[in-house]
Amino acid sequence: MLTFLARRILIAIPTIILISIFVFGLQNLLPGDPILVMAGEERDPQVIEALREKYRLNDPIPIQYFAWAGNALQGDLGISLRTQQPVLELIGEKLPVTIQLAVMALIIAMVIGIPAGVISAYKKGTWIDWVANVIALSGLSVPNFWLGIMLILLVSVQLGWLPASGYQPLAEDPLQSIRTMLMPAFVLGTALAATLMRHTRSAMLTVLQSDYVRTARAKGLKEQTVLTTHALRNALVPVVTVTTLLFGELLAGAVLTEQIFTIPGFGKLVVDAVFNRDYAVVQGIILCTGVAFIAMNILADATYRVLNPRMTST
Amino acid sequence: MSAAIDSSSADAAGSDALEPKQRSRAWAKFRRNPSALLGGALVIFFILVALLAPFLPIPGPAETDWSAVRKGPTAAHPFGTDEIGRDVLSRMVWGAQASLLAGVVSVLIAVLIGVPLGILAGYLKGWTDAVISRVTEALLAAPFLIMAIALAAFLGPSLTNAMIAIGISAMPIFIRLARGQTLLVLTEDYVESAWAIGVGHMGLIWRYILPNIFPPILVQATLTIATAIIAEASLSFLGLGQQPPAPSWGSMLNTAKNFLEQAPWMALYPGMAIFLVVLGFNLLGDGLRDALDPRES
Repeated sequence: MLTFLARRILIAIPTIILISIFVFGLQNLLPGDPILVMAGEERDPQVIEALREKYRLNDPIPIQYFAWAGNALQGDLGISLRTQQPVLELIGEKLPVTIQLAVMALIIAMVIGIPAGVISAYKKGTWIDWVANVIALSGLSVPNFWLGIMLILLVSVQLGWLPASGYQPLAEDPLQSIRTMLMPAFVLGTALAATLMRHTRSAMLTVLQSDYVRTARAKGLKEQTVLTTHALRNALVPVVTVTTLLFGELLAGAVLTEQIFTIPGFGKLVVDAVFNRDYAVVQGIILCTGVAFIAMNILADATYRVLNPRMTST
Repeated sequence: MSAAIDSSSADAAGSDALEPKQRSRAWAKFRRNPSALLGGALVIFFILVALLAPFLPIPGPAETDWSAVRKGPTAAHPFGTDEIGRDVLSRMVWGAQASLLAGVVSVLIAVLIGVPLGILAGYLKGWTDAVISRVTEALLAAPFLIMAIALAAFLGPSLTNAMIAIGISAMPIFIRLARGQTLLVLTEDYVESAWAIGVGHMGLIWRYILPNIFPPILVQATLTIATAIIAEASLSFLGLGQQPPAPSWGSMLNTAKNFLEQAPWMALYPGMAIFLVVLGFNLLGDGLRDALDPRES
């Protein structure tokens, strides 16, 4: 396993370098001179020159890249223009909020998606299968920001059951924290539930046709035992991998969900950074998400190997 | 002589000779699938709405009626009016143009850049493949929407830039798909036959690879249009897509969220439209996949 992990990390290095080149290159897409944006409306020539020196913009582009990448390797992703905080510190502050949202969304997605997928596969071709598929496809087609708005309208405005916005840290008041996060987590979890349902159904269909399931049935085992002990356990192997890979979708979904429910997390940080032209933060976020995504990929492969010992290489 | 025989057999084994039969079989399968037909009908309906917008008996999308500000659905305004008295139905009809245009154009950008790069990687292999594959992996590492938001932010907020951003973000999927399919096609006997009779690189790509990788690309493109429409609506919702006063479903929802208690219809209908058109493309894509997959009976 260690050799496998070492090999995967080595393979990931060129990809991470490419991500860093892409992230660095983004600032060159900016219309006009980025320093003029950073210098504010006064555009004092001295400030502009000082900024140019600070960000080494008078150097050739490759030198600029190596200086930037060298700092990034040491955890220095620059300073936020808006809050004057180091970018990494800012990301570290907001991340726990989004992690709480993501974990709750994932739990909701698994609770809905996996049983729905199992039932749909077991009842393949019946109206239950058809209804489950239609609901899953609807879950994939509904824009989560609209679902969020509609839920606020129904659950908060009309029924007054849950708060429409805000955030309570988990450590301060766990119950209130879960209450405020419930609706956003449901919104975020819906599309993921649909994805999980489709993957579970597909994996279950394959497993239900396998020899060992036929043998288990031939031995006279109860259908419930066949389904849960023999079929589902094996079908869950690819589902666990897919769940790990849903990380990207969770983050992307969090951007809009946090915006609608005014949750001060990672997603809201992205949008605020974009609107305040806080480019160092945007760059830092893409770099961190890219590296985290690669780490999740490696984790998914490793999990797959642990759960499926027949795998010799991935 | 031998070359002539080989040439005809390669053609017969290739897609050209089998295409009409495969096509009619796929069409028959597609017609028997009610979900696919429903998807197709939804897509055609929204395309017609977008195309016929100038000819429909509705007020202009920017026309304001100050006597009917935030009024609920009536005979004059079946979907109600917005915060400055504009007809919600009219803005939705015109907004369909922005959504469909964004969906189709961004996917075209992704296909036109991604597919040739994918074919090149799969066909040339070696260093070209290694470089293209690593760049693809790097692009795939950033979540689709975050990447589109960042690109749209750096390029500047507009519908055109949103389409470019979505197109670039969707491109890696097509590179990967085209590369995989090309590698698969290259192992087929008819490609070897074509090689043997001296068909050149361009001929091989144009006559054998491209037609054979087309069905999965078409399915993926249909499904990606659905994703691209949601992405455009999301960018417009955040203020990074279509700019006001031009109508777009995403920007209509952005405004509507400020008037939820007073005018819920402002949020209800544009969201329904996004849902239905995306559902249409998803159903159509699933139907096409089932119809074009030879393993499906």
